[in-house]
Amino acid sequence: MSKESSGYAIQARPAGFLHDLLSVAGRAVRAIPREPENLIPALLIPLFFFAVNVGALEGVSSFTGVTDYKAFQLPVAIIFAVTGVSRALALVTDITSGYFDRLLVSPINRWALLLGLMMADFALVLALSLPVLLLGLIVGVRFVTGILGVSVFLLLSGLWGLVYSGFPYAIALRTGNPAAVNTSFLLFLPFVFLTTVFLPMEALSGWLATFASYNPITYVLAGLRVLITDGWVIADLVYAFGAIVVVGSVSFSLAFTALRQRVKRN
Amino acid sequence: MDTDLAIRASGLTRVFDKKVAVDNVDLAIKQGEIYGFLGPNGAGKSTTIRMLVTLLSPTNGNAWVMGHSIHDDATKVRLSIGVALQDVALDEQQTGAELVRLQGRLYGLSSEEVSRRLAYLREIIDIGDALDRRIKTYSGGMKRRLDLAAALVHNPTVLFLDEPTAGLDPVSRMRVWEEIRKLNKELGVTIFLTTQYLEEADHLVDRVGIISQGRIVAEGTPAELKRKIGEDLVIIQTQNDVESVVAELRNVPKVGRIEARGKEIAIASADGSKIIGSVAVALHQAGIQVEQLTLRTPNLDDVFLEVTGNRMQKNNNHQGVKP
Repeated sequence: MSKESSGYAIQARPAGFLHDLLSVAGRAVRAIPREPENLIPALLIPLFFFAVNVGALEGVSSFTGVTDYKAFQLPVAIIFAVTGVSRALALVTDITSGYFDRLLVSPINRWALLLGLMMADFALVLALSLPVLLLGLIVGVRFVTGILGVSVFLLLSGLWGLVYSGFPYAIALRTGNPAAVNTSFLLFLPFVFLTTVFLPMEALSGWLATFASYNPITYVLAGLRVLITDGWVIADLVYAFGAIVVVGSVSFSLAFTALRQRVKRN
Repeated sequence: MDTDLAIRASGLTRVFDKKVAVDNVDLAIKQGEIYGFLGPNGAGKSTTIRMLVTLLSPTNGNAWVMGHSIHDDATKVRLSIGVALQDVALDEQQTGAELVRLQGRLYGLSSEEVSRRLAYLREIIDIGDALDRRIKTYSGGMKRRLDLAAALVHNPTVLFLDEPTAGLDPVSRMRVWEEIRKLNKELGVTIFLTTQYLEEADHLVDRVGIISQGRIVAEGTPAELKRKIGEDLVIIQTQNDVESVVAELRNVPKVGRIEARGKEIAIASADGSKIIGSVAVALHQAGIQVEQLTLRTPNLDDVFLEVTGNRMQKNNNHQGVKP
């Protein structure tokens, strides 16, 4: 092979932020179907909770003023499907195997290392929402806001999944420890159960009502629910997006601070 | 600044929690050279390489790779170099080709350029059809070669290899040596490699720097360094009192410098074959029990011993102390 045909004259150059972002995201997306063991729980757990909650509580839900309990539970199932889904464990593997260092000795934009993964996560959580949504449609849940409402519903779900992923990424980058990353889902459990997961806000009382009123998931669930049953209630949607912005500002601050620490050459 | 230099370091120092890992290291490595950084575990080799490849900032001093400062022009340094670190750094979920393609894209190569490089690397790294398989199915040697291919995809002018043959079987090790030589000879790539294997440094590198406790204690071509020890070495191993053996040896004609360490005595001589007979007779007549008497040329372990007072790793299975 001649020097010319070997690409001897090829010169490395910075690829640019967008190119780096797509390269990292592309790698992450390719890896998803190759690790089905990570996907199966994310698919089964929400379907399980949807079936159990509806089966156990649908009969008594009318006492709390909920007329369509399947519609009431569908957002809960979606939240379970999209929360904690991330490539944080894969990132830990990259750190421990030294592959992260290989990326760092390339001219890749440092922000793309994390944003690329998050981009892939966003695509994945949207994909994971679809089977849950489909199940809801099969059992008779209908959106009063139509196709556009379904789109906003998916967008809200995807954004929630995306902003929550900041927590496992922060832990992954800070510790490089897979066990620590797995605990990030446990952090989520009190928030998802101490909210309007089983009953509407009006039916909650005492400390639970107080906690739920400060819990961002309450507002995300409310935003998702109005799209199904009430229509375009702008105030609820604004609160839902607002809750996502608040959680995102915390989780992303933690994640990008951890990234900055990790790539610092100290 | 000398424009012939691929790597220059001046007073490069790295301190971790008051422990000096690399201490005032100066380097001047010419373009097209294979430079070996030789030292035992913990000597500071990997820390030096991590500073040179911009993964770690020096506490003091600076270094330049192809004229670019590791402090101020890290991106330009990264564009000039290929790196294969000590632990094979691969993503086992990808295929070899996917990994190399991703590397190429991160260095701004177009799809067509990556394909050309991939075709070339398939040949030079001798990895063949395995490139289309998932990396988790690769053997250790194949992973090491793929790691090398990933380091080369963007056609770097300087290649850093941190212990490139660590953990490889002898056949795989020889293949990696061949590939390193080929890259250097055919493409003129400057190669900076760290190793704790004396044989590797002896056979592969143009110049060697010996590092001990963070400092470069000797530097030169392997032949130059060995010449400093003497032409030949007669090595005696005995259980007798070493000082009395040395005293006997001083009476043997034509015996040069004698050094004793532990139960081993080394006699440097311009022509060992002429004295070994007299040494054997003198020791026999003095009633000294000799466990082993060997004649050999000095190796880099002798150089290391000379400059540090210690041998390299005793369980170093790569180097033959005895002929």
